[in-house]
Amino acid sequence: MDASLSPKPSEKTGLFNWLDERLGIAEILAFARHKSVPEHKHSFWYYWGGVSLFFFLAQVFSGVLLLVYYRPGAEGYDSARQITYDIRFGWLIRSAHSWAASLMILAIFVHMFSVYFMKAYRKPREFGWWSGLGLLALTMVFGFSGYLLPMDDLAYFATKVGLAIPASIPVVGKFINDIVRGGPEVSSATIQRFFALHVVVLPLLFVPLLGFHLWLVQKHGNALPPSEEAQPASERRSIPFFPDFFSRDLGMWLIALNALAALASLFPWQLGPQADPLTPAPAGIHPEWYFMSQFQILKLFGRWFPGATGEALGIALFTAGLLLWALIPLYDTSTKFGRRARNATWLGVLALAGLIITTIWGYWEV
Amino acid sequence: MPETDSEFYPGGELNDEGAPRRAFVKLGMGVIGAGYAAAIGYPIYAYLSAPAQRAAEASAVTQTTLDGADKLPAGSAMMFRFGAKPALLIHHKDGSWVALGAICTHLGCTVQFESDKDRIFCACHGGVYDAKTGANVSGPPPKPLTAYKVEAQDGRIVVAQA
Repeated sequence: MDASLSPKPSEKTGLFNWLDERLGIAEILAFARHKSVPEHKHSFWYYWGGVSLFFFLAQVFSGVLLLVYYRPGAEGYDSARQITYDIRFGWLIRSAHSWAASLMILAIFVHMFSVYFMKAYRKPREFGWWSGLGLLALTMVFGFSGYLLPMDDLAYFATKVGLAIPASIPVVGKFINDIVRGGPEVSSATIQRFFALHVVVLPLLFVPLLGFHLWLVQKHGNALPPSEEAQPASERRSIPFFPDFFSRDLGMWLIALNALAALASLFPWQLGPQADPLTPAPAGIHPEWYFMSQFQILKLFGRWFPGATGEALGIALFTAGLLLWALIPLYDTSTKFGRRARNATWLGVLALAGLIITTIWGYWEV
Repeated sequence: MPETDSEFYPGGELNDEGAPRRAFVKLGMGVIGAGYAAAIGYPIYAYLSAPAQRAAEASAVTQTTLDGADKLPAGSAMMFRFGAKPALLIHHKDGSWVALGAICTHLGCTVQFESDKDRIFCACHGGVYDAKTGANVSGPPPKPLTAYKVEAQDGRIVVAQA
């Protein structure tokens, strides 16, 4: 690999020159040679964006494989059953897709909080923060829409409950729900449109936004955490992107691949009985872990403020929190340690603790 | 980017002692890489080829019985499946029965029996086969059609691999 990256004069073959004149490969190689990444005691967190990207690629790959046999609409359950029980290794592909979804969201959360606490959202990286939040939101919608597609009992009730949240938004809630659900109840019409959303609309939005996000990372480079920025420039260390950082990135990808393979094969994702509106919801039904916090907060508010008030308050609080989270680069702008910087850090601690506590609380009560 | 490999390893030039170790590491990495490729590649191959595998199992039949096919009028033909593959049963005007694979040996279109011309014809590229033997007569087909053994019994026709 190194040979192709730094061709010695003798290795600059006719083919290389032919391609270089047309594609400007030498320029790219020169650029790759000069790119470097800061190296310090918090460098470990730089790899989590790459890990998120790895799981996204795993999702594209396993998702295309599932598309080979999955049939949306009325046959959704039947084709998921075939994939899980009839087609050779179908269970493994489906299990890998489900596990990689969870791992991707986990990696994005780690990435987001590490960016937050390193204050990497500050000028000039505000759009990196916002595009990242957009990618997280799209990933959650990916997770929600994909969850319905097998149309087993869990999928059915999770979607019913999930769609009750936009339904409770004043005035527009009903319209949103009619459009998203495609009828008065979750049905095969819902599967069909969730499928279109999951495999066409979301990728069309996600891929360009991801490109924008990666371009910004490329443009501005890795941010230094404030503790490193406080050091004099002569004390700061960095490593070349090629091959040092790149090979460590690949190492993290290998660990991610092994984790995915172990989880997907040792804990195969289950397929429940076919969804049936006349069957009561199974006891202890709960959302995936990445929706647990929201679920629990809504449940708590419903308990404290009975009726529609509780739900509306819960949603309002969540929206306000998200808005505050998104606007933090405009609040915490100073590169020096100051009151705003400290407040932002405390907000991060509060958000992280809140997410963890409500998630554990949610599982506790299931 | 260093121009020579030794710059990756502060502490010295590569010497003869380092070379075998380097070769060993390269070999090890290659073996591990091949292991990963196989561990990922085989399930994907098996997953994608599952229907082909199933069809191959289904077509591993040696005989098929066509109930009621003995009523087929002389001078006409019918399509049937031999395992997973389309086949052609012809009841000739002289009373003889012929069963042939219906897949053209040229590019795999399904052929048809033309009773007026007493021949088997492929519409895709104009291949013509003999309706009695399945021999390729004219046009592009390189080989005769697969011939089966036919036995007319009371109330049914039994077709078997030749």
